[in-house]
Amino acid sequence: MTADTSAARPAEMPADTVVAPPGRAGRHPFRTRKAVLFTALAVALVVVALISAGTGQLPVPPHEVVQVMFARLGLDLGIPLTHPNAEQALVTIRFPRVLMGLLIGAALAAAGMLMQAVFGNPLADAGVVGVSSGAALGAATAITLGWTFAGQWTVPLLAFATGLATVLIVYATSRSNGKTEVVTLILTGIAVNAFAGAGLALMTFIGDTSTREQIIFWQLGSLNGSQWSQVGIVAPLVAVGLVVAFLSARTLDLFSLGERNARHLGVNVEGVRILIIVVVALLVCAAVAFAGIIAFVGLVIPHLMRMIIGPAHLPLLIASVLGGALLLATADLFARTAVPLADLPIGMITSLVGGPFFFWLLLRTRRKAGGWA
Amino acid sequence: MGVNAALRARSVSVWIGRASILTDVDLTVEAGRVHALIGPNGAGKSTLLAALAGDIRPAAGNVSVHGTDLNAWKPKQLARERAVLLQENRVSFPFTVDEVVRMGRSPWRGTAAEAEDEQAVADAIAATELHPLLERPVPSLSGGERARAALARVLAQRAGILLLDEPTAALDLKHQEDVLRLARERAHAGDAVVIVLHDLNVAAAFADTITLLENGRVVATGTPAEVLTAERIRAVYRQDVDLVPHPATGQPIIVPRR
Repeated sequence: MTADTSAARPAEMPADTVVAPPGRAGRHPFRTRKAVLFTALAVALVVVALISAGTGQLPVPPHEVVQVMFARLGLDLGIPLTHPNAEQALVTIRFPRVLMGLLIGAALAAAGMLMQAVFGNPLADAGVVGVSSGAALGAATAITLGWTFAGQWTVPLLAFATGLATVLIVYATSRSNGKTEVVTLILTGIAVNAFAGAGLALMTFIGDTSTREQIIFWQLGSLNGSQWSQVGIVAPLVAVGLVVAFLSARTLDLFSLGERNARHLGVNVEGVRILIIVVVALLVCAAVAFAGIIAFVGLVIPHLMRMIIGPAHLPLLIASVLGGALLLATADLFARTAVPLADLPIGMITSLVGGPFFFWLLLRTRRKAGGWA
Repeated sequence: MGVNAALRARSVSVWIGRASILTDVDLTVEAGRVHALIGPNGAGKSTLLAALAGDIRPAAGNVSVHGTDLNAWKPKQLARERAVLLQENRVSFPFTVDEVVRMGRSPWRGTAAEAEDEQAVADAIAATELHPLLERPVPSLSGGERARAALARVLAQRAGILLLDEPTAALDLKHQEDVLRLARERAHAGDAVVIVLHDLNVAAAFADTITLLENGRVVATGTPAEVLTAERIRAVYRQDVDLVPHPATGQPIIVPRR
C-alpha cells in the first residue's frame, strides 16, 4: 500500500483497539463474541439477582427465591420454603430493591452510552458531566420544600426538569463543530457539578433533619428502602427510555461520522439529537429520583462492552443494559453484605471502582490525542 | 441547460459573522459532468460546497436539487440523491473500515435498493482498494487511508450527485489519480460531480466545467480552456504563470514562473 506517508501511524493505534479475529466473515463483526457476551451477561444477571434476593438477615436459598418469584406470578412450583417469613421478606423488601438495582443500572448504562454517542466522546457520563447532580438538585428541592403537586411523581418530575435543563446546558456549551473535546466536557462537568452542589448545599442547609438525611443519602446513592411504589414509577420511565434508545441505536452509528456526515446520510440530526437528550434526562431522572447519585456506571459499562464487541450501537446498547444491571446488582449485593449489619452507600462503591477507571481512561485519551484537548 | 441541471445555486450569499464569504454566487451543475470549483485560499470553495450540501443556509439566494429547493427535501430522500465527501473524516469510535463503508448504504434501508447493498459496498471497496484495511478500526488509520474509507462510503451511497471537497488533499499521486478517474467515470455514467480542487492542472485535465472563485464571487465559469487563461490566473492568484504544451499530448500545462 503506497497510500500513506504518515510515519506515526502505528503509534496512533489506540491501546484498546479491537482487532478482529482473522478469518471471520466481514458482514458480522464480533458475531460469536456478541452471542457469548449476551449469554454470559444474562446468565450472570439472573444468578446475581437470585443470590442477592436470597442474601440478608434471613437467608433464602436461590431455588426458594425462584419459588416465591413464580408464586407471585401465579405459578406454584411446589418448592417448600424453609422459613415461614421468607416470602414476606423477599416480596416486601428484597424484590423491590433488587429490581430497582437492575432498572437503575440499565438506565444509567444506557444513558451513558447515549450521551457518548451524541457527544461523540467516550468520556461523557451523566455523573461526570453533572446531569446526575442536576437531577438530584431538582429532587432535593421538591423534598425540602415539601412540594407534592404531582403526588408521588413530584420528585421524579422535578428531577427530570432539572436533569433535562442540565443536559441542554452542557450540550449547548461544551460542543464546537459538532463534537466535544475532552477538556471542554470535563470542565463543563466541573462547573455544572459546582453549581448543582451549591444548590444541594442550600437545600441541605434549609431542610429539617429528616429531609437533610434524605439529601445526604442521595449524594451517596443507595438502594436502601426501595419500595414497590417506587419501582412502579421507575420501571415505566426506564422502559420508555430504553425503547426509544433501541429504535435510534442504528442511527447513532452514523453520528460517529460527525454531524455533517450523518446529515448527508439522511439523518435528521437536530431531531435525533434532541430526542436522545430528552431520553438521557428521562433515564437519569428515573435513576436519581429515588436512589440518588450513582456515578460512573454510564462510563465504565459502555466502555468495557465496546472493548469486547466493538462500537456498533445496537449490540452495544443490549450489552450495556445487561452489563449495567449486572454491575448494580453486584454492587448492591456487596453494599449489603461487605460489612455485617451495615448498608454501604452503593454510589460510594461504584465511584470507588469508577474513579480509577475514569483516571485510566483520561490518561489513555491524553496519550492518544497527544494532549488534553 | 435548465433541463439537465441536477444542482443549482441562485444568487447565493453567505455571511459568517460580519464577513461576507460568498456573494451572489450562481452555479449550475449538470448531470454527466465533472464540475470543478477552484480558487485561491479563502475564495469560498468549501463554503460554496457546504451551501450546496445544505450544511450552511445561505443568507440570500437558494440551492435546488433536481429543481426542488434544498429545504423542501426530506433528509433521507436527499441522501438518496446526493452524497458528500468532506475534508475532515474523523470517526468517534473504533468502527472498522467495513462498517464505515456500509454506513453509506443507510439511506437505502427499507427500500428496494437494499438488495444492491452488498454489490455497492463491494464496488466501493474495490474502487478505493481498501481490501487490506477492511477490518482495521478507522481511528487507527492514517489521514490518507481515512480519506479513502470516507470516499468508499460516499461511493457506496450510490447517489446521482456527488459533492467532493478536496478529495485529493491527503492522498499520494496514485490515489489522487484514482479518485479523479473515479469522479470522471461516475460523471460519464450520468452522475453530476462537483469537486473542489487546488491543483489547476488537475482541474484542467479532469473537469468538464470549471468555476473560478475569488473573494466569494464567481470570476469565470466555462470549459477549462475558457477559464484557465494565463492573464486570469495571474490576476486571481497574483502569480505569473506560463501555459506550456504537454510534450506528449499538447494539452496546455500551467507552470508558475519562477
